[in-house]
Amino acid sequence: MRIVAYLLRNPLSLLGILVLIGFVAVAALAPVIAPPEPYQTSPYEIPRSGFRATPQPPSARALLGTTEGQFDIFYGLVWGTRTAFKIGLGVVLISTLIGGVVGAVSAFYGGMVDEVLMRVVDVFLAVPFLIAAMVLTTLLGKGIGPMTIALTAFGWMNYARVIRSEILRVKELDYVKAARSYGTRDIRLLLRHILPNAFFPVLVLATMMTGSMVLTASALSFLGVGVEPGYADWGQLISYSRNWIVGRGDSPFRYWYTLAFPGAAIFLFVLSWSLLGDALRDILDPRLRT
Amino acid sequence: MLAYTLRRLSFIPIVFFALTLMIFAMQMMLTPTQRMLTYVPGPDALKGGAAQVAALIEKYGLNDPAHVQYGRWIGNILQGNLGWSETARMPVAEALVSLFPATLELVIFAFVPGILGAIWLGSRAGVHLNKPIDHGIRLFTVLGWSFPVFVFGLLVLMVFYGSFGWFPPGRLSQWALVEVGGDGFRRWTGLNTADAVLNGNLPIFLDALRHLVLPVVTLSYVNLASMTRVMRTSMLESLRQDYVRTARAKGLSERVVQSRHAQRNALLPVVTVAGMEVAAMLGGVVITETIFDYHGIGQFAANAAANLDFPAVLGFALYFALVLVILNLIVDLLYPLLDPRVRLA
Repeated sequence: MRIVAYLLRNPLSLLGILVLIGFVAVAALAPVIAPPEPYQTSPYEIPRSGFRATPQPPSARALLGTTEGQFDIFYGLVWGTRTAFKIGLGVVLISTLIGGVVGAVSAFYGGMVDEVLMRVVDVFLAVPFLIAAMVLTTLLGKGIGPMTIALTAFGWMNYARVIRSEILRVKELDYVKAARSYGTRDIRLLLRHILPNAFFPVLVLATMMTGSMVLTASALSFLGVGVEPGYADWGQLISYSRNWIVGRGDSPFRYWYTLAFPGAAIFLFVLSWSLLGDALRDILDPRLRT
Repeated sequence: MLAYTLRRLSFIPIVFFALTLMIFAMQMMLTPTQRMLTYVPGPDALKGGAAQVAALIEKYGLNDPAHVQYGRWIGNILQGNLGWSETARMPVAEALVSLFPATLELVIFAFVPGILGAIWLGSRAGVHLNKPIDHGIRLFTVLGWSFPVFVFGLLVLMVFYGSFGWFPPGRLSQWALVEVGGDGFRRWTGLNTADAVLNGNLPIFLDALRHLVLPVVTLSYVNLASMTRVMRTSMLESLRQDYVRTARAKGLSERVVQSRHAQRNALLPVVTVAGMEVAAMLGGVVITETIFDYHGIGQFAANAAANLDFPAVLGFALYFALVLVILNLIVDLLYPLLDPRVRLA
């Protein structure tokens, strides 16, 4: 409760929470805000109003304009919010599970097991995230599934480290020793007594990472290895704007809407998660409290 | 010191082995036909249709057990054969070697101001904890972290090229490309700016700089933000140490205490992170070079990935593994210079 109170009192984290609630609302109400056309096979397919190459400015028909190939930007943004949540939360959740298992095994058994697992973590950590994700997605093919796999494959290591160090810390505390002396089984000891106490640092990490996963996912889509063409995804919309950055001589910002709206969506989404994560970390780290 | 260096050197083959294993594992997800492309020296080898493909799969033993294939693959790589890139229309190894100087130039120009700026901003923020200056710098780091680098890049391109026409995309202007390609201009390093200086050609030097401005700004700002964050935290910690209090008690001026005593010790975590940041920067070139049409390794890789040119993508990954190993070594060897405790350990 104290944590919630702090988060609501701190203006920056309050801003983050409010923006995030807005995104949740948009994602939840997507079928109401931007109803799919009856001819669409999937609501994540952005409807097109024609096939003209030149983007069209905002109008009554397309609230925020259209991209090249006449994809509706408003529709793409609304349903792209769902895509962002799916990828962000999906990757973070699976990474936490994998990292949790690795970290727990490593800390609990120690010795050679610990040594080997931590060296594996080191190797994975050494690889630049964007590059590794790009290479793996290229090999796996396009779509949300392959992207989630690729981002998870190179995103689980920090969780393993945090959980390992938390377990090592908590393991030596008196109440764990007490539980052990009752003859509690290993697995129960881990799940009931140790892991709940390692929860908070993992929460901070997961909050910070959710935004950055979405950032990387949209970078993949921007590079053309992410989602299928026409799929509602913010990075995809920006990749459609690439050829229209420089307008004609007399009006250089002619196609501003193709970049500004999707760019703002990604920025706000990532910003709200990192504001929240920052505030959570400040609560956790008493050294930074003054 | 010698023992430390030797120990570090002995890690190199292990790390490189682990990284190649990782790349090999990814490669094994492809079909034998797709993998075969990473072995063939050129498009001519594929003439003859399905029968030839089957023969090549047989020849390179792509249905053998994985460990046998790994050995053959490594041998192949050590001979410098990374396959044929369909998007670049040349062997992968040749493309990587010829494009490397361009990317190196970009990274050097982006890294040096980035790390110096981060050290300066981070120490300012740490010294003025919770003052307006600190809040401003913190705001900058949070914004820098959240602002997608490709949106930032497109935005500066829109403003400074589209609207003002100051900094064009590409590596050199048309006239400069002609001159650089001519006989009067000797290529020493492949870095445009360095070569222009060595040839004493000022117009080319200025033209190269003009083309570097936007990619350099784009590439460095995210890293500047994250390194500033590390420097700030580290400076805060260092300012709390006993030796800082001792230095103040001795009556040293605040400036000396901050720069000599606190900042120097705060540099250590930054150096550790800097190695990773250079690696991240080399990853960032994929996006930056794509946006600014800068012909380097990043653009080559992005293009290859978008067109499913598997040999090129895998070759790029390998090249990256090699760079990583070298970077790690540099950081490891810098460490004892900064921290005597490491030297003695």
